[in-house]
Amino acid sequence: MIDLVEQYWQQYLWGTAGHPTGLVITLWLTIASLALGFSLALPLAVLRVSKTWWLSVPVRVYTYVLRGTPLYVQLLLVYTGIYSLDAVRATPVLNAFFRDAMNCTILAFMLNTAAYTTEIFAGAIKATTFGEIEAGRACGMSNYTLYRRIILPSALRRALPAYSNEVILMLHATTLAATATVPDILKVARSASSDYYLPFVAYGIASVLYLGISFTLIWLFRRAEDKWLGYLRPVAAK
Amino acid sequence: MFLEGYGPQLWNGTLVTIKLALLSLALAFVLGLIGAAAKLSANRWFAVPANIYTTLIRGVPDLVLMLLLFYSFQDLLNRITDALSQPQFDIDPFIAGVCVLGFIYGAYFTETFRGAFLAVPSGQLEAGVAYGLSGRQIFRRILFPQMMRFALPGISNNWQVILKATALVSIIGLHEVVKAAQDAITGTSSKGAFHAFIFLAVAGLIYLGLTTFSNLLFLVLERRYALGVRQSEL
Amino acid sequence: MSTRDGTLVVENLHKRYGKSEVLRGVSLRAKAGSVISIIGSSGSGKSTFLRCINFLERPNAGRIFLNGEEIRMVPDKNGNLKVADSGQLRRMRVKLAMVFQHFNLWLHLTALENVIEAPIHVLGLPRIDAIERARENLAKVGLSRSVETMYPAHLSGGQQQRVAIARALTMEPEVMLFDEPTSALDPELVGEVLRVMQRLASEGRTMIVVTHEMSFARNASNHVIFLDNGIVEEEGAPDQIFQAPRSERLKRFLAALIK
Repeated sequence: MIDLVEQYWQQYLWGTAGHPTGLVITLWLTIASLALGFSLALPLAVLRVSKTWWLSVPVRVYTYVLRGTPLYVQLLLVYTGIYSLDAVRATPVLNAFFRDAMNCTILAFMLNTAAYTTEIFAGAIKATTFGEIEAGRACGMSNYTLYRRIILPSALRRALPAYSNEVILMLHATTLAATATVPDILKVARSASSDYYLPFVAYGIASVLYLGISFTLIWLFRRAEDKWLGYLRPVAAK
Repeated sequence: MFLEGYGPQLWNGTLVTIKLALLSLALAFVLGLIGAAAKLSANRWFAVPANIYTTLIRGVPDLVLMLLLFYSFQDLLNRITDALSQPQFDIDPFIAGVCVLGFIYGAYFTETFRGAFLAVPSGQLEAGVAYGLSGRQIFRRILFPQMMRFALPGISNNWQVILKATALVSIIGLHEVVKAAQDAITGTSSKGAFHAFIFLAVAGLIYLGLTTFSNLLFLVLERRYALGVRQSEL
Repeated sequence: MSTRDGTLVVENLHKRYGKSEVLRGVSLRAKAGSVISIIGSSGSGKSTFLRCINFLERPNAGRIFLNGEEIRMVPDKNGNLKVADSGQLRRMRVKLAMVFQHFNLWLHLTALENVIEAPIHVLGLPRIDAIERARENLAKVGLSRSVETMYPAHLSGGQQQRVAIARALTMEPEVMLFDEPTSALDPELVGEVLRVMQRLASEGRTMIVVTHEMSFARNASNHVIFLDNGIVEEEGAPDQIFQAPRSERLKRFLAALIK
């Protein structure tokens, strides 16, 4: 067991220069997917709550399909499926893009988290009290200003608890990257396990690493909630 | 033929998926009730292990837990059979799938039921106590029925997650939908690469069908349990 | 000495929450047919006292007798008293029926089902008899037959509380305990519940009522206890309490009501 740790600890954490593996890859996947997904979800959420049907319906279809199918299937579709299309192979740009496992993985993750996040933000936007919107209109705010200064700031804060959940789930989801040959923590664990025939130790180390990241994220979010949602806390009785 | 003769395999795979999901749900449901009772118990010997259970399980990704448990048990089994000079016994991936998924989602159901139990107004239980109902009667006739109303959204959510998590069991060799699609892809690789996309899309559509059907079912169930008490679940 | 005359005797009840002592030696004696109102300002311990009688709260000291039979209590690890014999407690609870401030009807059962639940599952009454009794009592509290199949959420506060009273009546209790039964009701609904309670009082039921409704205390009860700061500051017949209060605190309490 010590041998396994000795040989693999570096790979579990950061790999080698020029060939990063393990923890850094997992963190990179998580952050990149979340950041891209978040950016996509913001405009999509605004479209989703729109009263114009040809704006909101495509978004609704998108979120419905992506939330109704397993991420694993979505990943396979992007990684094996799309790459198999002749149209993709023929175009050099697309070909180069979809050949790379990391690109495919982040693309699949990004689309998936964007779908969930869109629903979270849409729900938060819809929960804005009508009075706040009325007050904004009464001051003569345009829709754009209304969104920018009133609706989105309060909606994003409201969405914090649900979004923190989504972040943890995204962290968990990155393990699927291992099935697409991306060298994240799980992939390292698989290699270590087949190398030393010590599955419990190999996967156990991976579990501990994920636990550590999860706890850190939860702690961070609790502090964020304290800072940004403090205004919702009940006033202490005198 | 559209599905190049792989229709029956995909159909069988779908049945396996459904069976796997249902059995895992049943196991997770039972573990969830036990876990919630333990977590809410005044007895620390129950509450602390239950807390550890939910914290650990929900902090480690499904796939990692699945591989950890599956390969560790298989390894343990191998060592035992070796020591006893018996032939190697391979754990059936279906049973492994049920056990692992049930065990993992038992932790999520524990939280669902815990919240649901706490959501029942205490006045309801007080009235039961004041009118002389026994502890068992209070649980069976007052606490449980009302708890289920609050739990329904959470149960529906967790069910959808379990349904999609069954796709992961293909990784340890179970012949469900995803594996059937992958077999179809390798089987038709000579026919042109476009088939990979088609088969995976079909797999996706099958899941979409299952989740849509589940949604409708839960809508009916929620209406039957009336009152429509909802938590802001996401 | 067991006298089946519906006598409830509570001696010297004490109750502490942490450092603050909420009940500092309260006693009460209720003979069959007496209607006792307990009045006092918030925090005086009225509800706590009532809830100690049927052990929804655990007292720290004191004795409780029903029909001459004492409910045996032993100290628990927190310094409270708990019942020695849970079987005895259940038997006692069956004879004491409680009407709660927030009704506490079982929300997933219809009005009728609420009323017959305890008679069937605690008293062991056959369903048909329970339904018959329930219907009588629902009519008695002024509810029409159509209310039977409705769920509490679809009833007004006044209707819900009357169902709760019917639920208490159907247990055929020896003593009825009312914990601020009209405090959670909209003003226009208070009257209908008070009228029902006044009818019950005039029928000779033994009732202990914690209330803010001075009209009831004054007109329907035959004994009034004024609780202040955890002790019985003054008690006596309604006329005496309301027209000739003796203690300073009671005078101030009554004066504040008029404003």
